[in-house]
Amino acid sequence: MTDTLIIGGLELESRLFLGTGKFGSNRMIPAVVKACGTQVVTVALRRVDPKYQEENIVSFVPEGCVVMANTSGARTADEAVRIARLAKAGGLGGWIKIEVINDNRYLLPDNFETIKATEILAREGFTVLPYMSPDLAAAKRLVEAGAAAVMPLGSPIGSNRGLKCAELIRIIIEEIALPVIVDAGIGRPSQAAEAMEMGAAAVLVNTAVATARDPQAMARAFGQAVAAGRGAFLAGLGPVGRAASPSSPLTGFLDG
Amino acid sequence: MSFIQEMEEYRDLDVTAYHASLTDADIAAVLGRDRLSALDYLALLSPRAESHLEAMAQKAHRLTLQHFGRTVQLFTPIYLANYCVNRCRYCGFKAENKLHRKKLSPTELRAEAEVIAATGLKHVLILTGEHRKMSPVSYIADCAKLLEEYFTCIAVEVYPLTQEEYAQLAGVGVDSMTMFQEVYDPLVYADMHPSGPKSHYPFRLDAPERACRAGMRGVNIGALLGLKNWREEAFFTGLHADYLQRNFPDVEVSLSPPRMRPQLGGFAPVSGVRDKDLVQYILAFRLFMPRGGVTISTRETPDLRDRLVKLGATRMSAGSSTAVGGRATGEEETGQFEISDHRGVAEMAEMLYAQGYQPVYKDWQWL
Repeated sequence: MTDTLIIGGLELESRLFLGTGKFGSNRMIPAVVKACGTQVVTVALRRVDPKYQEENIVSFVPEGCVVMANTSGARTADEAVRIARLAKAGGLGGWIKIEVINDNRYLLPDNFETIKATEILAREGFTVLPYMSPDLAAAKRLVEAGAAAVMPLGSPIGSNRGLKCAELIRIIIEEIALPVIVDAGIGRPSQAAEAMEMGAAAVLVNTAVATARDPQAMARAFGQAVAAGRGAFLAGLGPVGRAASPSSPLTGFLDG
Repeated sequence: MSFIQEMEEYRDLDVTAYHASLTDADIAAVLGRDRLSALDYLALLSPRAESHLEAMAQKAHRLTLQHFGRTVQLFTPIYLANYCVNRCRYCGFKAENKLHRKKLSPTELRAEAEVIAATGLKHVLILTGEHRKMSPVSYIADCAKLLEEYFTCIAVEVYPLTQEEYAQLAGVGVDSMTMFQEVYDPLVYADMHPSGPKSHYPFRLDAPERACRAGMRGVNIGALLGLKNWREEAFFTGLHADYLQRNFPDVEVSLSPPRMRPQLGGFAPVSGVRDKDLVQYILAFRLFMPRGGVTISTRETPDLRDRLVKLGATRMSAGSSTAVGGRATGEEETGQFEISDHRGVAEMAEMLYAQGYQPVYKDWQWL
């Protein structure tokens, strides 16, 4: 049986989503996409310029990839909704990553405004993937609001600190029926693998790939790590113990 | 609320004595921290820190990559009008200077816009001198509305406005403002601005705050380097940026470090600022505010600007002119100051690509 991720009616084989905001050249995006096998690429509408195709980031996303516009720059639900509508009107399809950030120091998302935007856009037929601070109550409200998945941050955007929010993400994975896609802060392929081993449905990576010395090679490594982590999750990871444990220390006497 | 109150806390700070007290171990300790205090920032601006420049640069480069990627946003200034009632000692547009005073008509502005738009740029900064009769807020707003036919992002660098006036501009699509305090030392400020509305120090200092409260998305601040000891001015500029970010967390705060250039009137810098000093300032600021933008104008030479790409610059002007009009007609008018880097947009893009950086032409659009 093939292990696929179903979101918004689409069946995805790759569980690595790729952000495009920080690359040293838009021209390297096709090679990076091929190297990691991603099928979902996010683009910030703020950067999309259909009138200047030579530098329009969307024109570098290979065919076959889902282009998921994000609402980067939105400080309120209202701005996120407007950006999403502009993206759709501009032909970017119906997938939208909601980013509502009114904190420029840490770039932490505003869960409250994100929930508001999700509700409006889900009602309008968008496939909504909201970026959020890992908080179970907020995740539940996003489910009620009609999100197609939830995207809790691993660490602040650009920090490359990995899964500082691991425990809260784990709780969300356990309690929420929707796909949980860890987004932001993943700095190394091992951290992506860790997220997948935890049971995340996918991860989204931008900074770690875009700013690597060799983005193509790093993308390949991330692709492999995500597959490895998912494979380990499906295989059933053994329990983790703090100390060595003999096979039957306390109850061995019962076996005669 | 005003940044003046925060500046008061440092009134008795003897910067020279503090700098003299620092050891190499102190600088190394600062460089090892993730979050810097104001005094840590001041330490990185010291003569002692100069011998740690490479370590500062490596860390600043990494932080810039993390937070901004390998991208530099390009924009260009459009001087709408050079009428001015102020008598700033150092400015080419000061009231007593004899030059052709001009203000762009809608037709002239449109012609300028077409030339700029053909380069692919989407971000422009519109400037005027301070003259509420010749370049009132209504004129600035009308120009912004016209330019929105060509550009997705309009910023203003004009005289200090009230909060209502900033809101008026924000309402027509202006999304950010630039305001150089010129010099944070009040005594030097008074000496440099002997008369005119600009002599009002607090009104100018609080302008970025009013813009933030009015809903502007971004503020860009700076001191004109050369009017006073650069280390102290860099310190207060950084503090001001930090103050704005703390109090207006949703605003994109950035800083410019403009060095004085030759201008009509011939005012010479009072205090020297070497290339090394400029680099130290930018690196220290990056370490103090990792997500703060750094704007580098064509005041700086091509060679230095090229180097600053990997030293923390996040935004650069291209195809610049500091004269009113002239791009469309080719006429030579007197600019506010002499520029050093005459490269156009295509050349700047080529330079960035050569360094492995993506020029960003569009980074926002009015919703």
